[in-house]
Amino acid sequence: MASSPKITIRNGRLIDPASGIDSQTDLHIAEGRVAAIGAAPSGFQPDRTLDASGRLVLPGLVDLSARLREPGHEHKATIASETRAAAASGITTLCCPPDTQPVIDTPAVAQLIQQTANRNGYARVLPIGALTRGLKGETLAEMAALKRAGCPALGEAERPIRSTHVLRRALEYAASFAMPVFLHPLDPELSAGGCAHEGRISARLGLPAIPEAAETLAVARGLALAEQTGARIHFRGLSTARAVALLSEARRRGVRASGDVSIHQLFLTEDDLAGLDANCHLLPPLRTLADREALRAAVVNGDLEAVCSDHQPHDADAKLAPFPETDPGIAALETLLPLALRLVEEGVIGLPEMIARLTTGPAGVVDQPYGRLGIGEIADVCVLDPEARWTLTPETLLGRAGNTPFIGTEMHGRVSWTLLGGRVVFERVEQD
Amino acid sequence: MSALTPQLHANGKLRHFLTLEGLDAALLHEIIDRASGFLGVSDQAVKKVPLCRGKVIANLFFETSTRTRTTFELAAKRLSADVLNLNISTSATAKGETLLDTLRNLEAMHVDMFVVRHATSGAAHFIADHAAPHVSVVNAGDGRHAHPTQAMLDMLTIHRHKADFSQLRVAIIGDILHSRVARSQIIALHTLGVPEVRVIGPRTLIPAQAEEALGVRVCHDLREGLRDVDVVIMLRLQRERMSSALLPSEHEYFRLYGLTEERLAVAHPEAIVMHPGPINRGVEMDSQVADGERSVILEQVSNGIAVRMAVMSMCLGNQNLQHSQSAGATDGQ
Repeated sequence: MASSPKITIRNGRLIDPASGIDSQTDLHIAEGRVAAIGAAPSGFQPDRTLDASGRLVLPGLVDLSARLREPGHEHKATIASETRAAAASGITTLCCPPDTQPVIDTPAVAQLIQQTANRNGYARVLPIGALTRGLKGETLAEMAALKRAGCPALGEAERPIRSTHVLRRALEYAASFAMPVFLHPLDPELSAGGCAHEGRISARLGLPAIPEAAETLAVARGLALAEQTGARIHFRGLSTARAVALLSEARRRGVRASGDVSIHQLFLTEDDLAGLDANCHLLPPLRTLADREALRAAVVNGDLEAVCSDHQPHDADAKLAPFPETDPGIAALETLLPLALRLVEEGVIGLPEMIARLTTGPAGVVDQPYGRLGIGEIADVCVLDPEARWTLTPETLLGRAGNTPFIGTEMHGRVSWTLLGGRVVFERVEQD
Repeated sequence: MSALTPQLHANGKLRHFLTLEGLDAALLHEIIDRASGFLGVSDQAVKKVPLCRGKVIANLFFETSTRTRTTFELAAKRLSADVLNLNISTSATAKGETLLDTLRNLEAMHVDMFVVRHATSGAAHFIADHAAPHVSVVNAGDGRHAHPTQAMLDMLTIHRHKADFSQLRVAIIGDILHSRVARSQIIALHTLGVPEVRVIGPRTLIPAQAEEALGVRVCHDLREGLRDVDVVIMLRLQRERMSSALLPSEHEYFRLYGLTEERLAVAHPEAIVMHPGPINRGVEMDSQVADGERSVILEQVSNGIAVRMAVMSMCLGNQNLQHSQSAGATDGQ
């Protein structure tokens, strides 16, 4: 591999939640890592200097859930198309759920995904291994082999394990190798056929509904098993206030559990279904305003340590059907950071805290050394103009898919440069 | 918050008829009045009016229904339109054709109106969203969402028996949760000024937060719910509710919620009894009530044809208006 260039990012506001740095300074990069902060090391001759005046210099974002659709669903998106969109959005590490085709239940698939990502070079992709073979919830996947093949965690994607017995054994086995397990808390029977939160809007529009208990029940089950087995679990994409309360209470008792929320759950609610916009068809469904406020509060106080894109790119046909028959999910990589900055702008959360939920928080969930910019750390960097305002349109989207309800919405902040392991992988052409 | 597909032309006239949500009382009265005018047509020797001559109406039934399709077909024929009946659940979709493919094909045949019945909530809106600009869409029932012509024929029926909507108490009994009919009826009743709408049934058949979401009073006790009501609307109970743990048995349902003359005694002495059909006798009501003097069930069927004629002629007539206006003509009808 060619040696990576020496780069100085000059005069930006460096925010590194891991080290607590928040100051106007220079960042010097060599050999793919942070060489110095502030004064350059003696004799440091940068190959390139990026002027970050008026800009934020952040660790590259870590996204715990982004579907890239490869292998198996390349008509929706590819690793190349989506990692490129990620780089343009300041995201340098992506965790890819195991529901690819074939499922990530063998080292071969896990390695294929990483090799393809490395070859394209835009972002680092960490495959989440399947807990059970074929995600069928019956027999255990070869977890140790998946770990050796680069899977930092295991999961069930959106196919929750029905058998509590199998889940218990899967958690125990995963705990043998200290692998965190992502649970997707949605009771399969209570949520079967549902497409909307059971509440005012589903009652009015006659939409098949998913009750709050579909989530709280699954969270309670996961917590009980984590406590029993000592396994480390992570709830992917919580949507209800009660589930967050259950998680917080269990953590206080020392249960090894964490949780995240998808960024759109911090903005949208069940009311956004009133126009039957298929882009608001999500799983878990959009809940009430009270749920949204509780989720925001949990992000602020750190009970939810990560905020994800939950990127789910779709082909146009997947959304061209009556609302309940459409495939759930939002293409969300490119709105993750702008929406997070909007939360800061609206005074919901401080900037360093918000950045922590997008970097150190998620990196800690999967025990990875990314999302930090201390000296010697891997130089994944996002430089952005926080004052930039732009409108999301189909033309501004770099990813393959356009399934987002945020089209036409004003976005906050725009990425100028993204560095992955010390190399510039994205550079906005029209810098102002 | 985004809004549903617009159903009205810019001038406030009906373009599609998808849901009663968002339509005002004046428009609902216009439908009732126009339908009242069509009631006589069925009694004429020649049961036709030439209002929609030369128009092509396609009945797109993705879910089988003999009765609703027949009344739509009859209504279209009485308006002198040409009618295509497509039972799509057994043809196109079985061959993998998508909903949109089917639509495009029919549009290419210059169909002016789609009458759509579909098992999925929101299907009529989806079709209206994607239909060509010259095509009107009438919702003949979509999933649990809406069945606006059924609700309007019920309003016509009530109107013919009760002087003033603003003085009425109306009870709807049965499976509200799965009922598009109930949802549309509740909206229509509210829009027309009915001050009290009650829904009666066990918790398993009432949607979450019904009071707040639908603006109704919820009763689990039939006697309490029927007290002093002027209009009793029964809903059809589907057999599969027993197998999906919503009800223990038809027997228990009838014992708790079945309508009998005796139970009807607490209602207003002149209360009328309605049912969208087909009736499960001995489950929703006994035959004495169904065939009794308070029952207006067969009248509902005749009113159904008149209401569908009204809605179809309004949408298609407004199409003409739009066309002639855009062509600069002055003789729009």
